Amino acid sequence: MNHLFRLSAGLFRPGTGVYRRRPVSERHVSLVASRLFSSAPENNELGQLIKKDKVVVFIKGTPAQPMCGFSNAVVQILRMHGVDDYASYNVLEDQDLRQGVKDFSNWPTIPQVYFNGEFVGGCDILLQMHQNGDLVEELKKLGIHSALLDANKDEQKK
Amino acid sequence: MPVTAESIRNKLAAEMGAVHVEVEDTTTDHCSTSFKVLIVCPQFEGKPLLQRHRMVNTCLTEELKEIHAFEQKTLTPEQWEKQKSE
Repeated sequence: MNHLFRLSAGLFRPGTGVYRRRPVSERHVSLVASRLFSSAPENNELGQLIKKDKVVVFIKGTPAQPMCGFSNAVVQILRMHGVDDYASYNVLEDQDLRQGVKDFSNWPTIPQVYFNGEFVGGCDILLQMHQNGDLVEELKKLGIHSALLDANKDEQKK
Repeated sequence: MPVTAESIRNKLAAEMGAVHVEVEDTTTDHCSTSFKVLIVCPQFEGKPLLQRHRMVNTCLTEELKEIHAFEQKTLTPEQWEKQKSE
């Protein structure tokens, strides 16, 4: 497991990542949507937003260009597991979203990860889930087969 | 009163009955005020990660308003002993 820890340590440097040459289909939704978040009933809109996709993340920056080490870590972890079909929202684009999502989840920091409309946690929690195998299990429950399962199988065949 | 590693450590120890607290000021690694904490507390027993983190967040509600970034590791005394021996 040690190699996973060393790999994980590298996640916190913004701009680094495990790059694989394949089309990245991560959908990044640009929310120039002050219309969505400037009025009071944010909870409803946010509530719908997090249910629209199985995996939803609120980060600083975009999956292609994270603007913070912790947000980068979330993006890289998802990438490692082969999860590239998820919705991500850039809180730096919208101050109302940035505060709104913190109020909504009652969680003080960004990034924030949601699975099936449920708040999972921030970067720490995702990282610990990744390290202890829980993330693979949670992805399986979402119907997502983690790429790391295949990687492990290859390892064992050798 | 500005938030310091010391004030965080004291609050966690006092309010959560933590048996061990380590607070590291990681501000230099990031764009602004950030802390990394390790909390060992018997009250974490049987609680999932999210709940443990929320307990800490509740304890540090005031401090978190000032802090930009916050990392936390929450262990039970048993997990802590195990980790030390690894």
